[in-house]
Amino acid sequence: MKKIIRRICIVLLWLLFLKPAIAQTEIDGVMMEKNAFCIGPMAGYSSWKNYWEGTLKRDNLNLGKVSTTMYSIMGNYGISNKLNVLFGLPYVKTKASAGQLKGLKGIQDLSFWVKWKAYSKKIGQGRLSLFAIGGYSFPASDYTADFLPMSIGLESKNLSVRAMADYQRDSWFATVSGTYIRRSNVEIDRTAYYTTEMHYSNEVKMPDAASYNVRVGYRDKGAYAELILDGWKTLGGFDITRNNMPFVSNEMNATRIGFNFKYPMPFMPQLSVTGNIMTTVAGRNIGQSTGFNAGIFYVLDLSKKEKTDSEKSKK
Amino acid sequence: MKRNLLLYIIFASVVLGSCSKELTDTSLEFTTLNPASQDLNAGTWRPILLTGPTEFAVPAPIATTSPDYVAQINEIKTWQAELTAEEKRIVKYWGAGAVLRWNEIMRELVAKHNRPPFQNEDGTYPVPNAANPLAYPTFPFANPPYAARAYAYLSAATYDALVAAWHYKVVYNRPAPYKVDGSLQVLIAKSDLPSYPSEDAVVIGVSAEILKLLFPGDQDFIQQKAEEHRRARILSGANVRSDLEAGEALGKSIAGKFVTRARGDRAGAAVANQTIWTQMENDAIARGETPWISQESPIRPGMLPLFGRVRTWLFDSLTMVTTIRAPAPPSTSSPQFKSELEEIYQFSKNPSAEQIRITHFWADGIGTYTPPGHWNAIASEDFVKENYSEVRWARNMGLLNMALMDAAVTCWDSKYFYFNPRPSQMDPRIKSVAGVPNFPSYTSGHSTFSGAAATILSHIIKPKAAVYNAMALEASLSRMYGAIHYRSDCEKGLEAGIKVGDYAILRARTDGAE
Repeated sequence: MKKIIRRICIVLLWLLFLKPAIAQTEIDGVMMEKNAFCIGPMAGYSSWKNYWEGTLKRDNLNLGKVSTTMYSIMGNYGISNKLNVLFGLPYVKTKASAGQLKGLKGIQDLSFWVKWKAYSKKIGQGRLSLFAIGGYSFPASDYTADFLPMSIGLESKNLSVRAMADYQRDSWFATVSGTYIRRSNVEIDRTAYYTTEMHYSNEVKMPDAASYNVRVGYRDKGAYAELILDGWKTLGGFDITRNNMPFVSNEMNATRIGFNFKYPMPFMPQLSVTGNIMTTVAGRNIGQSTGFNAGIFYVLDLSKKEKTDSEKSKK
Repeated sequence: MKRNLLLYIIFASVVLGSCSKELTDTSLEFTTLNPASQDLNAGTWRPILLTGPTEFAVPAPIATTSPDYVAQINEIKTWQAELTAEEKRIVKYWGAGAVLRWNEIMRELVAKHNRPPFQNEDGTYPVPNAANPLAYPTFPFANPPYAARAYAYLSAATYDALVAAWHYKVVYNRPAPYKVDGSLQVLIAKSDLPSYPSEDAVVIGVSAEILKLLFPGDQDFIQQKAEEHRRARILSGANVRSDLEAGEALGKSIAGKFVTRARGDRAGAAVANQTIWTQMENDAIARGETPWISQESPIRPGMLPLFGRVRTWLFDSLTMVTTIRAPAPPSTSSPQFKSELEEIYQFSKNPSAEQIRITHFWADGIGTYTPPGHWNAIASEDFVKENYSEVRWARNMGLLNMALMDAAVTCWDSKYFYFNPRPSQMDPRIKSVAGVPNFPSYTSGHSTFSGAAATILSHIIKPKAAVYNAMALEASLSRMYGAIHYRSDCEKGLEAGIKVGDYAILRARTDGAE
């Protein structure tokens, strides 16, 4: 018991005092410093047994458990302390534990984001920062979207605009963001399809989507731990009819909660580990998935100057 | 830097934001039908069920000089006085052709209803009930055999009704309203075809009646389409109301004859029952074969086991069993079977992007208009280019869809006669990039449908024969790429389909239209 307590204390000390090696994402309130490039692999697994057919929650004995395994590479480069560019590229593999549907696999969508810390000011006892984030993603391979739930992605090109506010007081913070996602139409391999009416086209009109994200947690010296509430709503689309197959332009909505952490290694602060767990608490035309991700990130200092420069800026 | 970033974001937003999300829908691109020939002799073409074109009488029309007729012309003028955008839309839509549009409506209803019922609590499956179509499971489950039969009845009845209509058109020779009153606006292609009875109204009458039988829960949708179609004819100046009334009455009467045939064609008994299902399985075991077992969970009874006994159009059941039914498949214990199974396992292991594309292009599975619907779509796009008269449209659709339904019957006969297992049953490693249908494997439905369709279409539009045959072959192979069928299923299915298509050609050569 004593040992455990001692270990927890050590962990807490690390959290409090160690130097940052932060791998940020486009959806948190942390920025990469100028000329720092953070890159690393992530792996994830999520699965669902139940899904919402429209608003009706059901299972499907001919799918069993549908799982998604993901390996990705993510990176974040600091153009300046206030402007970061990020990218992500996942490889995705799906599998159904029952039935005859074959899982698919392949490289999914390449995403880019530009993250701009537009405003930062001390307000009261804490600091308020405002961010604007623009993102673009597109399929990086010729994968098949029209084979849900086994397809690895929806194939649309997405342009997203996010507004985000972060407030930090001492080491406690809250981050709130809202995103609008403009989605391009997609092309499928057939010449006609039925939604709520017949369409004689191989093109499918994809409704846009909106999302919100709330994160509350503790952040210090590059480490953080946070609770997440995340919502995604498709602005249009239609419901899966009774015992029908899902379709790319369904109204897919999800509310998810989760926990996320990042932790820099004490012996090598440039190196950090990250992990999260997310679960779906409400949804529509989507699987009730629970999953986790884990990653390792390494920060390279790409500045030509001496490190002292960036050291200074940290203080 | 900040300013640049903002500019980039604005630029990107404009670029993507300006991309229109509107789709190009082929069906809405079809232009106004303007037949190359009016086929004025079509009243002499050989009908399918009618004893002759005069089996159902059409009363003589009122004179175009009568006050009643003038009033009807004035009705058109009043409608035309202020055309709304919606009215212009429906004139354009229906102007593409009555047979075409009602065929599309049928395809839409098939796609809407092509969903297998969800199981009961106890693991059995409910059967849709035509007498209570709106209760779950809604009626019908428009699976491929059901759909093939639906397209066939609609097309065959439309053909007979238009043959009769053409007969009366020539007999009464009433000119189109715009020929009587030159001041009328005409929003469709003008023609010398007599307008009484209206061919469009004949199609409305037939379609509404046949669809009432096949999709009894969709009356609101069907009646709304019928009303829109009638309105389009008056708005466009193509018909006066009495042209429509006579046409619709004729269409309804003739459809009645087909409805009677449908009620007695044994399709109603095709679901069969547990005794028959067990018997089929035991027969296969007695022959020393591994019987088909449903791969669904819970186990679902095979789709329409007795559809192979439904009354055909182009040949009798004896001909079907003796000359069209595919020969026995390789025994499930034979080396050939094993090597064919291995071939499918290899296809399923790592399908290429192109193989997946082909599989999905032809899959026409749940929620679609089925393979017969796909061939109707292919035929429609080509018929539009041929500028057929409505009666020739109906004749060609009739030939195609009688062939497709007979293909369904002969294929289902083979499936339940041989009761052969699917590849995924024999080797559980085999997974599919399309759904595995819930009925025996031999022969492939897609192959049989495609063989039949390509054969009759190649006869109708001879210059495209090579294209149709290549499509049929690809549709057939797609079932191997999808790991749904063995090579024997596909090859023998295609052969049987071609034989069915040949019977359609026999009819085509002797119906008086060539």
